[in-house]
Amino acid sequence: MIMLALETIELTKDYRLGFWRNRTKRALDRLTLKVEAGEVFGLLGPNGAGKTTTLKLLFRLIFPTSGTARILGKQLDDLSVRFRVAYLPENPAFYDHLTAQEFLSYVASLFGLRAAEQRRRPGELIDQLGLSASRNVPLRKFSKGMIQRLGIAQALINDPDVLFLDEPMSGLDPLGRREVREVILRLKERGKTVFFSTHILSDAETLCDRVAVLHHGRLQGCGELNTILRLGVSTTELVLEGPSAEVMAELTPYASSVIRTGERVRLEMPEENEVQRALEIILRGKTKLISVNPVKRSLEDYFLQKVGEAE
Amino acid sequence: MRVATIAVHTFKESVRQKVLYNLVAFALLLIGASVLFGSISVGVEQIILITLGLSSISAFGLLIAIFIGIDLVSKEIEHRTIYNILSKPVTRVEFILGKYLGLLLTLLVNTAIMTVGFYGALFYQKRALGPGDLVFLGAVYFILLQLAIVVGIAMVFSCISTPVLSAVYTFCIYVIGNFSADLRTFGQGTQSALLGTMSDALYYLLPNFADFNVISQVAHSQSMPGYLWLGNSCYALLYITVLLGLAIIIFEEREFR
Repeated sequence: MIMLALETIELTKDYRLGFWRNRTKRALDRLTLKVEAGEVFGLLGPNGAGKTTTLKLLFRLIFPTSGTARILGKQLDDLSVRFRVAYLPENPAFYDHLTAQEFLSYVASLFGLRAAEQRRRPGELIDQLGLSASRNVPLRKFSKGMIQRLGIAQALINDPDVLFLDEPMSGLDPLGRREVREVILRLKERGKTVFFSTHILSDAETLCDRVAVLHHGRLQGCGELNTILRLGVSTTELVLEGPSAEVMAELTPYASSVIRTGERVRLEMPEENEVQRALEIILRGKTKLISVNPVKRSLEDYFLQKVGEAE
Repeated sequence: MRVATIAVHTFKESVRQKVLYNLVAFALLLIGASVLFGSISVGVEQIILITLGLSSISAFGLLIAIFIGIDLVSKEIEHRTIYNILSKPVTRVEFILGKYLGLLLTLLVNTAIMTVGFYGALFYQKRALGPGDLVFLGAVYFILLQLAIVVGIAMVFSCISTPVLSAVYTFCIYVIGNFSADLRTFGQGTQSALLGTMSDALYYLLPNFADFNVISQVAHSQSMPGYLWLGNSCYALLYITVLLGLAIIIFEEREFR
């Protein structure tokens, strides 16, 4: 039997709005998801899709209107599960008056780590997340990127089995993003489950085993990344330089799109067998061929398709 | 254990606030100045010093309780640090209790410092301290009980309102609480039965701080009866329990969007 790290069943959240709180807005609509242990799972969606709402529901910062969820097979109000999970909120904020070392020691003591562990673990994580030089600097002097790294460090303090990260790459420079990606991959190697929300699709494409697309609070699609990308229809991109009007007249019926930039023309051929015919026309017309590129479906295409379907 | 961790953290957070040092310094200054006021008050030097000194401890303790108390929960929500704490193995009850005890510890330490300052001023004036002077510790104990209730009130408001409004509400309740007996007398003196019932209800509902104010008694060397010690202690304990219960009920239902 497959061990589930997370299971949500018809999870729904309505917010009451207005002065009399008589209007409701559905932030999450009957979300049913299963995340297996050891997976890196990406929850994708544009801003306001319901990603943060989902994560806040899982940590009981807000309460569901209906539906339930289980983490590692346990109900959300079971405090024992908190010892095995971690949460990084979106745009995290910590105590300005503490240093990184003090803050992590405080978090370690909330987990009831032994005194020796409380001293050792923060130091290790500070080094691992590249904050060694700022170990004893008050957090009010930390940049956004440093706060994000500290957020990851605090999420790792209890060596959790499941990590829930809300926009973990937010505010990080390219170097910081690479470091966080490496942290997530190392966690995966150690068999940990990582559930993260993002709207940066390239991160999801690099890291995830499975993704789900959320839009307007509804699940629009969910599946293995490999399957999603393989299912995509391949097209071929041809780039020509200075084609004659006759050549273009012959090629245009085969192309799904034609974009002219100065002397160069970019043609997208949806059918693979027509590429051969197009190449013959190009050679016959003695047109200069710059490149022929097979274009595979990206996660972005999948995302845009799912979001477009929901609109 | 987690309650103690949060309490210690809250204490550390409080003692790193500059406003705290300003208030304590001001209180010590005023206690020192009471020696001066005493020296120009012929015949009542000691009464002036005791009254001014203990009143300073009470007033500045109140300011600390309100200004730091209202920030206890609302700042954690406003700065979103609460997301981090409540996602750890910490219940909301533990969070509220930890926060409350942390501020109580802050008040205890500050009151102790101000009390040392007060006894220093007394020693300077009398050139000696005797067992009879221990009676002032009773007045300080009652001030602390009063402050513990004020922090509880501030905490309830900080769970439901903004810091500024919480400060205003808490201060208003403190003022009314000092005159709740007068409020009842006023209600009973009117012809309206409704007003009488309302004033009675307010009398029992609002904290009665008048019984905690024994500064004048100790300044005039009057002894404090035993029932006052017991009554005030039990009253404060009961009132604080109700306030914390209320804060916990509100906080348990609160959502952090």
